[in-house]
Amino acid sequence: MEQEKFYYDNKIVKLFAYATIFWGLIGMTVGLLAALQLVFPALNFNWAPTTFGRVRPVHTNAVIFAFVGNGIFTGVYYSLQRLCKARMFSDKLSKIHFWGWQLIIVFAALTLFAGFTTSKEYAELEWPLDIAITLIWVVFGWNMFGTILQRRERHLYVAIWFYIATFVTVAVLHIVNSLEIPVSFLKSYSLYAGVQDALVQWWYGHNAVAFFLTTPYLGLMYYFIPKAAERPVYSYRLSIIHFWALIFLYIWAGPHHLLYTALPDWAQSLGVVFSIMLLAPSWGGMINGLLTLRGAWDKVRESVELKFLVVAVTAYGMATFEGPMLSLKNVNAIAHYTDWIVAHVHVGALGWNGFLTFGMLYWLYPKLFGRALYSQKLANFHFWIATIGILFYAIPMYWAGFTQSLMWKEFTAEGFLKYPNFLETVTKLAPLYALRSLGGVLYLAGFVVMIYNLIKTAQLGQPVTDEEAYAAPLTKEYLPHSKDHWHRVIERKPIQMLVWSLVVILIGGIIEMVPTFLIQSNVPTIASVKPYTPLELQGRDIYVREGCYTCHSQMIRPFRSETERYGEYSKAGEFVYDHPFQWGSKRTGPDLARIGGKYPDSWHFNHMEDPTTMSPGSIMPAYPWLIDDVLDVNSTPAKIRVMQTLGVPYPAGFDQIAVKHLTEQATKISQGLKKDGIEVKEDSEIIALIAYLQRLGTDIKAEKTAQN
Amino acid sequence: MKFINYLESIAGIEIFPLISLLVFSLFFIALIFYVIKADKKYIEHMQQIPFEQESQNK
Ligand code: HEC
Repeated sequence: MEQEKFYYDNKIVKLFAYATIFWGLIGMTVGLLAALQLVFPALNFNWAPTTFGRVRPVHTNAVIFAFVGNGIFTGVYYSLQRLCKARMFSDKLSKIHFWGWQLIIVFAALTLFAGFTTSKEYAELEWPLDIAITLIWVVFGWNMFGTILQRRERHLYVAIWFYIATFVTVAVLHIVNSLEIPVSFLKSYSLYAGVQDALVQWWYGHNAVAFFLTTPYLGLMYYFIPKAAERPVYSYRLSIIHFWALIFLYIWAGPHHLLYTALPDWAQSLGVVFSIMLLAPSWGGMINGLLTLRGAWDKVRESVELKFLVVAVTAYGMATFEGPMLSLKNVNAIAHYTDWIVAHVHVGALGWNGFLTFGMLYWLYPKLFGRALYSQKLANFHFWIATIGILFYAIPMYWAGFTQSLMWKEFTAEGFLKYPNFLETVTKLAPLYALRSLGGVLYLAGFVVMIYNLIKTAQLGQPVTDEEAYAAPLTKEYLPHSKDHWHRVIERKPIQMLVWSLVVILIGGIIEMVPTFLIQSNVPTIASVKPYTPLELQGRDIYVREGCYTCHSQMIRPFRSETERYGEYSKAGEFVYDHPFQWGSKRTGPDLARIGGKYPDSWHFNHMEDPTTMSPGSIMPAYPWLIDDVLDVNSTPAKIRVMQTLGVPYPAGFDQIAVKHLTEQATKISQGLKKDGIEVKEDSEIIALIAYLQRLGTDIKAEKTAQN
Repeated sequence: MKFINYLESIAGIEIFPLISLLVFSLFFIALIFYVIKADKKYIEHMQQIPFEQESQNK
């Protein structure tokens, strides 16, 4: 068979590698800022864009979609070409993909800092960016499939299956979770409300971890570990099982983020069962990765990239063991809303994604620049300081999680909460938060050392931009191996692979969600739960804009420790007008589901202006600008109309009188404040926020009084 | 108080988790069966794909 000469495109790989490093530095630095803000609230700088509620989404989005995202593309563009023995399908598409993605990241950071957010975790970007992401994702898929169709290797190696599953599933997740109705250019309301919104969001949130942080990186693992160790994967059979079982099971597990919430019980049980089963394929994959190194452990001692890869796979094993444990209801009851979860995700993010990326980069740079790594010593230093960094991060966070959870739940002999003041359970954590920040500093320091090492390598080397390669084209007629195996048939046909992956993930998604949606029309709403007034709606949007949900939950679980502290536990029917839901996932501050009526308006005013006046030692940011900034009432009619479209029962024509209604309510609140000696303009934003806070959780109290 | 969780009152919803388990078990058994049956030569070829950079395609 005649050999064809062709060139691998290394330039695009290099660009993505640069972007990975650049955004990694930014994303982690922002993360460090967020960590420090919880120790030194002054670092919120009394400026909206730098408050924790905005910084945290920038951090999570940056490390997931900018750092890991570009890491995925670096690895995929390098390995896909080699595994297909073909250059990327189109240089132009590669370029559009690269620059499009970077542009999205820049706009993502700008809009999030500016407070444009949907408040759905890891899907905070507003609708124009959602559309841009969809388009660029299609470009990526098109380029990938184009390459696969032009391949010179008949069979698709397991890494490519993981890439294909990633592509389809992320597309489905992103589109379903981002369905929203625009109010204006940078504001929209989720199509779903309350329980349904929560279910869709955590189906997405969980699978963003699965199909953005895990499956593509498993693909990279199956390519780069064998390459770095110079030996084939331990068991290819196991990898087939790993792949199919993993993508099948992952998609069901989302509800484990909502245990003990108002989500129906059957959906919770489904989430738990499938989460436990996930342990098997995850560990199958980990074992497969580690055993690839059997008999090559001497190599691991010598090669820094293998060291990173081994720790990465080990961290994957730890995180995927812990995940199923956390989905057990009794463990979840302790861990949820605490720093335990923060520790868990960072074992995954710093250990698995971070170390795999570093291992890959240390292996890749010498290939891309035609020279050995500038300094093995510095790379080893990076390895050790980053490992220590992870320990300093994770251990204090686990400690903080346990401590706080125990304090929340502790009762005195007389049957009262031992720590009725939530703040006590926060100030206790300050030293642990400080240690965690130190862990972050160490990890980041290692990262900077890596950057220096890689830049030096690039400077001293000769870039290999278009790498020459030879391979024979595929022949039309295919002579099968002895007997044709079903899997080989699928895997010769990439489009079938895509369709099957899609079928497998859709089964889970559909069974999980359809029942909840089918009954939408017959969820009898609790009679006393009424739509928000226009002023409250505006206040709610301020709550969303400032990212209060990053520190406050609005979901009281049915435990005595919670009903004692916060009041009646939350019911599904209370959230039917919540587009989007605001259940939150972390209680850095107390739950707010029933904050309405707990304090006078003046308390909230003073607390928002400077939390420490009402709660000495509070780590909540101050929001003084809410007092000066004027509420944009002009957006009210449009917001009411969108809510009506979504099925919120405002009377017809209400949009026309909404502003009048809003002004009346605002006047009342500002007059009330005046009585308490607080002078504030009635059109200031804080009035709307106070209206919203005072409404929270009060509807069912009204029902109770009506019944008595 | 009449705040029962209305979502739980869908008729026969308990069957959903069971169906899911069954679907997965069947899927998994079929998967294992085929993987065990897989042709050895094919498996070896697949394992080598990352390494045959310039080699001849069969
Ligand atoms: C950095 C995390 C953080 C952010 C962001 C945050 N808070 Fe807080 N919040 C806290 C903490 C901690 C407390 C408990 C101490 C206190 O009362 O200040 C608290 C307390 C509160 C309380 C009093 C609750 C009670 O039952 O005593 C309210 C109300 C509140 N926050 C509202 C908000 C609003 C509204 C926002 C967004 C504009 C917000 N918080 C943003 C951390 C945060």
